[in-house]
Amino acid sequence: MPERFSFARLYAVMLKEFIQLMRDRLTFAMMVGIPIIQLTLFGYAINGDPKHLPTVVVAHEQSPFARSIVSGLVNSGYFDVISTSARDSDADTMLAEGSVQFAVTIPADFSRRLLRGERPQLLIAADATDPSATGNAIAAVQQLANTVLRYDLTGPLAKLAPGQPPFDLVIQRRYNPDGVTSYNVVPGLMGVILTMTMIMMTALGITREVERGTMENLLATPVRPLEVMVGKILPYIVIGAVQVCVILTAARLLFNVPFVGNPALLILGVMTFISANLFVGITVSTIARSQMQAMQMTFFFFLPSILLSGFMFPFRGMPVWAQTIGEALPLTHFLRIARGVMLKGNGIVDLWPHLWPLLIFIAVVLVIGLKRFRRTLD
Amino acid sequence: MSNISAPAVDVQDLTKRYGDKTVVDHLSMRVEQGEVFGFLGPNGSGKTTTIRMMCGLLTPDGGSGHTLGYDILRESAAIKREVGYMTQRFGLYEDLTIRENLDFIARVYRMDRRAERIAGAIERLGLQDRAKQLAGSLSGGWKQRLALAACMLHEPRLLLLDEPTAGVDPKARRDFWEEIHKLAADGITVLVSTHYMDEAERCHRLGYIAYGRLLTLGTPAELIAASGFETWRVGGSGVNALVRELEGKAGVDMLTRFGNDLHVSGIDGAKLATAIAPFRQRTDLHWEQSAPQLEDVFIQLMSQSRDNFAGSDKRA
Repeated sequence: MPERFSFARLYAVMLKEFIQLMRDRLTFAMMVGIPIIQLTLFGYAINGDPKHLPTVVVAHEQSPFARSIVSGLVNSGYFDVISTSARDSDADTMLAEGSVQFAVTIPADFSRRLLRGERPQLLIAADATDPSATGNAIAAVQQLANTVLRYDLTGPLAKLAPGQPPFDLVIQRRYNPDGVTSYNVVPGLMGVILTMTMIMMTALGITREVERGTMENLLATPVRPLEVMVGKILPYIVIGAVQVCVILTAARLLFNVPFVGNPALLILGVMTFISANLFVGITVSTIARSQMQAMQMTFFFFLPSILLSGFMFPFRGMPVWAQTIGEALPLTHFLRIARGVMLKGNGIVDLWPHLWPLLIFIAVVLVIGLKRFRRTLD
Repeated sequence: MSNISAPAVDVQDLTKRYGDKTVVDHLSMRVEQGEVFGFLGPNGSGKTTTIRMMCGLLTPDGGSGHTLGYDILRESAAIKREVGYMTQRFGLYEDLTIRENLDFIARVYRMDRRAERIAGAIERLGLQDRAKQLAGSLSGGWKQRLALAACMLHEPRLLLLDEPTAGVDPKARRDFWEEIHKLAADGITVLVSTHYMDEAERCHRLGYIAYGRLLTLGTPAELIAASGFETWRVGGSGVNALVRELEGKAGVDMLTRFGNDLHVSGIDGAKLATAIAPFRQRTDLHWEQSAPQLEDVFIQLMSQSRDNFAGSDKRA
C-alpha cells in the first residue's frame, strides 16, 4: 500500500530547508538584499525625467535678455548652468567629454536683432547620445521660448511679445540627431554583456578548481599563482574580444549604429574594461566557496552595474548617492567610452576622464585579488 | 641545499592553527630515505595538514623542518619539484582525457621529452587504448592509478600519498601496494596516510597521530610490543552475554567483536587475567591468548589521548 501524504514529513523537509537557508548567509543576504536594492533603485534612483542637467552658456553678449534667458532655463528646473563665461571651443569639448549635457549659445548681436524684430537665433546644442536624457529638457525649452522674455518685452516693446517667439530657437541634437535609441543602447549592451560573462566566467573557472579539489593538486606543482591567474584570464580575454566583434558587427548590420571614432581607442577601452571585470571575477572567486556562491556574487555586482551605470536609465536622472555608486562601477565609465568613441568620435583627451577611473578600479581590485589569491592553501 | 644522505623528511615542532584550533601540535618526526612510512590517525587528526606543510603547500605557524634537505619554510619551490603529492580527492581534471591530464602535468613541470614520458606512463598504466577517455569516466581504482602515474611523472624522490586507497576495492588496493613497494625498492621514499590496518602492516615504519600530536613511532612489531597489550580471543555461544559482564571491569581496556569472536584486551596482563578468571571455566566459551592486533593498539592509543584533548573537533 502506498504511503499516505504526511504533513509531519512535509514539515520535516520544510524545517530542514529553512535551517539550510538561514545557514547559507549569502543566499539569505541576496533574498533580503535584492528586493531592498531594487526597491530603492526603482523607487528613488530611477527617474525617466532627469532634471538639473549640466549646461554651459556661451554668451557672446551680456544683456538683460541674455540674463533672462539663462535664468529662465534655470527656473525650468531642467538646466543647471555651470558656467556662463565659456568660449565656443570650451563648450564643444565639454559636450564631447560628456561633462555637460547642453551648450547654449547666445550670439553677439542677440539684443540688437531682437529689438529690431529680426528673430535672432538662440542655439542649443544637446548631447543626444542618450535621447531619453534630453527629450523632456528640449520640450521644456521650446515652451520657454514663448514666455521667457515676457517681462522684458513690456511697455513700448510689448508689440514684440505676441505671436511667434521673439527669437528663433535652433536645437542641435549632436551625435544622434534622429534620437535613435538603439544608438545609445547597442554600445551600452556591449559593456553589459562583457560585465556579465567576464566576471562570471573567471569567478566560476577558479571556484570550480577549488570545489573539485584540483586546485590543491595544481598548487602542489611548481606553477606560480600569477601563472594560474593570467593563464585562466587570457582565454576569457579572447572570448571577450570575440563578443565585442559580434556586437559591433550586429550594431552595424542590424541597427546601423554609426562608428565615427577611432577603432584603436575603442579597443583600448574594451581591453581596459575587460581587465577590470576579470579582476573582479578573480576577487569574487577568492571569496566564494562554491560555484553557486560565485554566481550569486556575480549577480550582486551585476545588478547595480546595469541599473546605476546609465545603461538602463539616464545617469543624470539619478540622485547624488546613486550617481556616486555609479561612478565607482566600471560599466559606467565604459559606457561613456564606448558611446564617446562610437557616436561622438572622441579622442584620447576626451576619453581620459573616463579611462583613469577604470585604471584606479583595476589597481584596487588587483591588490585585493592577489592578496587573497595566495600561493598556499592557508 | 639538497643533500643525498639527508632524511627524506625531518620536521621539528611543526604547529598549525586555524583560528583557536590547534590542528597540528608540536609534531616532530623523521622519515628515512627509501622507507615506506605509514601515517595513521583518525579523521581530523591533522594528517593532511602535516603532509601539506611537509611539501610546502601550507606555512606552519611554528616549528621548522626539511624535506629532501630543503627548508619547508623557504624552499617550497624546490620541494615541489622533487616531491610527488597525491591529494586525498582526485586532483586531476575530470573533463580532460587521460592523455591531456598527463600532458598538462608534464608541461607544468616543464619536462623535456614530454611525448615519450607520457607514452611511457600510459603504457605502464596499461591504458594505451583508453588514453582518449575522459578521466572522469574512470572507476575509483583507475583514477587512483592515474593520479599516482601523474605524480610520478616528474620522477620525484619522495611520494606523499594522502589516503590514496580511500574508496578503492581490495584487489586494486593490493595492486596499489605492490606498486608502492616496487617504487620503494627503486629508492623512492613513500609517506602514505591511511585508515586501514592491513595497509599499516605493510609499512616499514608507522607514526600514529591523534589530535595533532604524534603519539607513537616505530615498526609495526615495535608498536605492538611497546603497547604492553595482551589480548584474549574468546569464542563460543556465550560471547554475547560475556560482553555485558566484562564491560567496565578493571583491567579490561577494550572489547572488540570480530564476527563470532570477541577480543578482550588490556594493558596490564595481570589485571586482565584477574578480571577474566571468573569466566575462564564457562563451558559455552573457549579462551585463547592471541597476539594483539595493530588496530587494538591504535584504538587504545586513541581512547587514551581523547582523555587529554576532550572535545576537539578538527578538520582533516
